[in-house]
Amino acid sequence: MKINVDWDRCTGMGMCESLAPDVFEVDDDGSLIVHAEEVPEGMESDVREAVAACPTEALSLEGE
Amino acid sequence: MTHLVVVGASLAGLRAVEAVRRDGFDGDVTLVGAEEHLPYDRPPLSKEYLSADEIADPRYREEETFAGDLDVELVLGTPATALDSAARTVAVGERTLSYDGLVIATGAHARVLPGTEDIAGVHTVRTLDDAIALRAALRAEHARRLTVVGAGFIGSEVAAVGRKLGLEVTILEALETPLARAVGERMGRALTHLHRRHGTEVRTGVAVEEVLAENGHVRGVRLGDGTEMATDVLVVGIGARPATEWLEGSGLTIDDGVVADETLAAAPGVYVAGDVARWPNALFTDVAEGTMRLEHWTSAADQGGRAARHAVDPAAATPYETVPYFWSDWYDGRVQFVGIAAGEDIEVVAGDDAQGGPFTAIYRAGDRIVGALAVDMPAEVMKYRRLIGGRKTWDDALELAEQRRRQREEKARQRAEGACT
Repeated sequence: MKINVDWDRCTGMGMCESLAPDVFEVDDDGSLIVHAEEVPEGMESDVREAVAACPTEALSLEGE
Repeated sequence: MTHLVVVGASLAGLRAVEAVRRDGFDGDVTLVGAEEHLPYDRPPLSKEYLSADEIADPRYREEETFAGDLDVELVLGTPATALDSAARTVAVGERTLSYDGLVIATGAHARVLPGTEDIAGVHTVRTLDDAIALRAALRAEHARRLTVVGAGFIGSEVAAVGRKLGLEVTILEALETPLARAVGERMGRALTHLHRRHGTEVRTGVAVEEVLAENGHVRGVRLGDGTEMATDVLVVGIGARPATEWLEGSGLTIDDGVVADETLAAAPGVYVAGDVARWPNALFTDVAEGTMRLEHWTSAADQGGRAARHAVDPAAATPYETVPYFWSDWYDGRVQFVGIAAGEDIEVVAGDDAQGGPFTAIYRAGDRIVGALAVDMPAEVMKYRRLIGGRKTWDDALELAEQRRRQREEKARQRAEGACT
């Protein structure tokens, strides 16, 4: 599964980081860093939760 | 389970119907909303929806999505008026809907100043219609002065918008320290600095005696000490009350919200979500007694899905616990809070709160970290949110703070070196 970020929508809120910190991280300037293009094995459920928790619906998964 | 009824068509209600359909629930689903509008995104309504020259459509989904993909019957523009939890029916306009599972997500109403309902220029910010009206008022050519009653988060956001639009802005707050209940006294003072730094006047410990009108339009307010202040627009941001009036006689327990158990169940087959829900959050019952009711985007989204899953399969219901999270955008900065502001043992672990930030502060109750507040330090709070959710100790939190400090220093050093070469 590929992780997509709609950069126009992302405001660096960080909900994704609190749910899947190995994949998402908010930088000091508030921009989002995504550490993996594909959902790492074993992290599917954390990443799904992170996607669902995004307040701006900036995250989506491709190839579910 | 054949029929799930969701009362309340905002975020929690939307997430409720989406969650069960994603899980493969194939019974009937009805979504009831008091407003005419399709479910829409509320947080921007007190922020960029007011300030931006071009505004995005705030609706979450198109109407076709409900009829098509979600296969949900929408009943909009008609509020539910009664619940019979024994007969399992909900009255909506002329109709009586029978349910097998029910989600109550009716949200909250903005509190108003009594007697001001018919005065033009007096606004609250809760619904899309409220925001449309306020947007026009703030942008009207003759609007020069904005007065905000209540220094809470909504009032603060509107004040920031007012400054952005070039208005003279005054906030009137009844308490001596704004936001003391939400973030504690010291941090409430720190946040007040943010306003002053941006040219917003904040007057604390003042009561609004009367709203003054002329030809049906607001012209000012009279304060408790008799002084009068002129204003062109008056925004009332004095909180919200849960929308439970339709539940009188329903058999549910109402006490500043609908009281539910740890699985969000308020009665057999009835689950609650969002601003209206009061439940024991097991994550904090050791440090803060009783139940909690949150008016946050995050919990509404979360609870909506959980409540609906429980409603269609009560046997599989599990306790719902969460680390509360809210954010608020003031001027060009962002205020973020995770956890609860229990106790007054607060340590500023980064930056300086004296001038209103940037800073990060953490909150202690007993041996635990229970909260974190950040102003303009967007990388910080979510790291603490994990500690709070994992019931970590205060020492763990201090250790993270130290680690973060070293990381920030390292980055600053690298930036400085990069600038020299």
